[in-house]
Amino acid sequence: MARKPIIGWLALAAVLLGFPLVFNGEYYEQLAAFVILSAISASAWNLVGGYAGQVSVGHAVYFGAGAYMPLLFYKLWAASPLLGFPAGIAVSVVIAVVIGVPTFRLSGHYFSMATIAVAELIRIVVSDWDFLGGAIGLMGPATPRGWWDLIWRSSLPYYYIFLAVLGLLLYITHRMERTRLGYYLRAIRANDRAARSLGVPVSRYKLYALMLSAAFTSLAGSLYAAKFGFVDPGSALGILVSVQMVVMAALGGAGRLLGPLLGAVILVPLQTTTNSFFGGQGTGLAFILYGGIIMLLSRYAPGGLIEVWERFQARRDAGTARRSAERNGDARAA
Amino acid sequence: MILLQVIVGGLLIGAVYALFSSGLTLIWGMMNVINFAHGEFVMLGMYAAFWAYTLAGIGPAGFVPIAALLLFILGVLVYMGLIRHVMRGPMLAQILSTFGLLLLLRYSAFWVFSANFVTLPDGLVGPSIDIGGIFVTASKLLAGGVAILLTAGMHLLLTRTAIGSQILAVAEDRQAAMLMGIKPDRMQALAWGLAGASAGIAGALIATFFPISPTVGESLAIIAFVTVTLGGFGSVPGAMLAGLLIGLIESLSAFYLGPVYQDVVVYALFVVILWVRPHGLLGKA
Repeated sequence: MARKPIIGWLALAAVLLGFPLVFNGEYYEQLAAFVILSAISASAWNLVGGYAGQVSVGHAVYFGAGAYMPLLFYKLWAASPLLGFPAGIAVSVVIAVVIGVPTFRLSGHYFSMATIAVAELIRIVVSDWDFLGGAIGLMGPATPRGWWDLIWRSSLPYYYIFLAVLGLLLYITHRMERTRLGYYLRAIRANDRAARSLGVPVSRYKLYALMLSAAFTSLAGSLYAAKFGFVDPGSALGILVSVQMVVMAALGGAGRLLGPLLGAVILVPLQTTTNSFFGGQGTGLAFILYGGIIMLLSRYAPGGLIEVWERFQARRDAGTARRSAERNGDARAA
Repeated sequence: MILLQVIVGGLLIGAVYALFSSGLTLIWGMMNVINFAHGEFVMLGMYAAFWAYTLAGIGPAGFVPIAALLLFILGVLVYMGLIRHVMRGPMLAQILSTFGLLLLLRYSAFWVFSANFVTLPDGLVGPSIDIGGIFVTASKLLAGGVAILLTAGMHLLLTRTAIGSQILAVAEDRQAAMLMGIKPDRMQALAWGLAGASAGIAGALIATFFPISPTVGESLAIIAFVTVTLGGFGSVPGAMLAGLLIGLIESLSAFYLGPVYQDVVVYALFVVILWVRPHGLLGKA
C-alpha cells in the first residue's frame, strides 16, 4: 500500500517545517506550537495506550510531574528550567513503576482504574501542598537571563523545538515497531494470554512501555512549562489533560505511528475555535464534545480515522482489481 | 461519645457506598466491563430527587422510586445503545465508551443544571434522633437503612430467584446459558438496569443530606472503584463489606486528619489494595 514511503515522509516533514513560514503571525504560530506539543503527549500516550493496548486515563500525572519540576527548580534555586527536565522524567518513571508493577499482573481494567485514582490522588495532594504552590501554582522566570531559560516572545522557537522532540519521539517509536519490544507489545495487545503462553514476559514489557511513555509525557509537560512559564493543578494535572491525550490518539488511530499527530491536527484547532466562540463555557463544551467523539469512536471506529481511511482504500483497490480482472477476462474471451 | 458518633455516621454512609458499588460489581462480574460513568449515574439520581422535590413537592417516599426507575431505564439504554456493541471489541473501545459517557453526562449536567451546588431542605426526612447519647440525623439513618436492605435484597435476588440464577448463568458461561434457553442479551440489559437503579437510589438517598453538584460523581466513582476492588470484583457481599469499611475509614480519617484528606486516604488505600490484595477480600484469585 505504501507506494513510495520516503516521498510521503519528506512531504510530511516539509509541511511541518514550512507551516509557520506560510502561515505567519502570532496566532498561527502559537496554534501550530500547541498542535505539536499536544501531538508529543498524545504520541507518548500511544506507546502504552495504543501499542501495548493498556489504556491509561491518568497520564496527566506524568505531564504534571514534567511541568512542575522545572518551575520548582527555579523557585528553589533560581535554576534554569532545563535542569528540571530530567528530574520530571525521573519522578514520572517512579510513578509509572508504582502504578504499573501491581496492576500489570491483572486484567487491563485494573490499570485503567488505578491510573484515574492515582491521578486524582496526586492532583488533590498538590492542590493542598504549599511547597508546590498549592491551588495557585508555580511561576517561571519573568524575563530571560539567557537562552537556557528557554524564554522567547515569539512562538516560533518553541514550534521548532517541539517539532524536533516530536520527530525524535516518532523516530524512536518507528524504530521500536521493528524491535523485540514492538513485536512483544503488539502480541500483548492482540492477546495477552496467548503472548504469555508463547513466553513473552507480559508484565515486564507492559512496564517498559509505560516507563518510556511516562518519560516522554513528562518531557511534553516540561516543554509546556517552559513555553507558558506558569503551571497550576488544573492546567497540568487536571482530568482534561489526560483526556486530550486519549482522544487525540484514539481519533487518529491508537497504535498507529501518525495517529496521535492526526488527532492533534484535527482537535486542537477545533478546541481553540470553540473556546474563542464560547469563552468561559468553552472548557465544558470541549468535554461534552470529547465525550461524544469518544463514544462514537468506540462504537463505530475503534481503530481511528487512519483505519477508516485504509478500509476505504482497500475497498476501492479491491474494486479496481476486480474491474481490471473482468476487463482482462473479456479481452481474452474476445 | 463523639468517636462513636463518627463510627455510626461512617457506617451509614458506607452502606450507601455498598449499594451503588454492588451495581458496579454486578456488571463487572457478569461481562468484564467497567462502567466509568457509574458516579455520574449516582449524580443523576441526586438531581432526579432534587427536581422531583422542587418541581412537584414529591418527598423521599416518592423520589427514591422515581430515581430508581429513571436510572434503570438509562442503564438499559446505555447497554442497548453502546455497551452491547463494544463489549466484544478491543479493550480500548470498552474503556473509552463509558469514559466518553462519563464526560458527556458530567459536563452536560454543568450545562443543564449549572455548576452551583443545590441542596434539599434540612429535616426533609425528619429531626435528628438521639440513640443513647449518639445523635444521628434521620436522613442518614433512612439512607443507611434502606441501602443495607436493598444491597441485601440484590444479593438475595441473585442467589435465590430464577431471574438471579439466569443472570449468574450468563455470567458463568454465556454459551451454555444460551443452550439452556436463556437470552443473554436480555439478562445483560437487566443487569445494567439494576446497576443503574442501584446508583439512582443511592443518589436519591444521599441527596437528602449531601450537597448536589455536577462534579459530585467524580469522587463517588472512585469510591465505587475502591469498594469493588476491595470487595472482590463480582461479589455483592464483598461490596457490602468493603462499602461499610470504606465509609468507616473515610469518616475516621476526616475526624482525625481533617476533611481535605478523606479522599486522599481512600485513593491511597486503593493503591495499597492493588499492591497487597488485588483480588479483594471476598474475590476469587
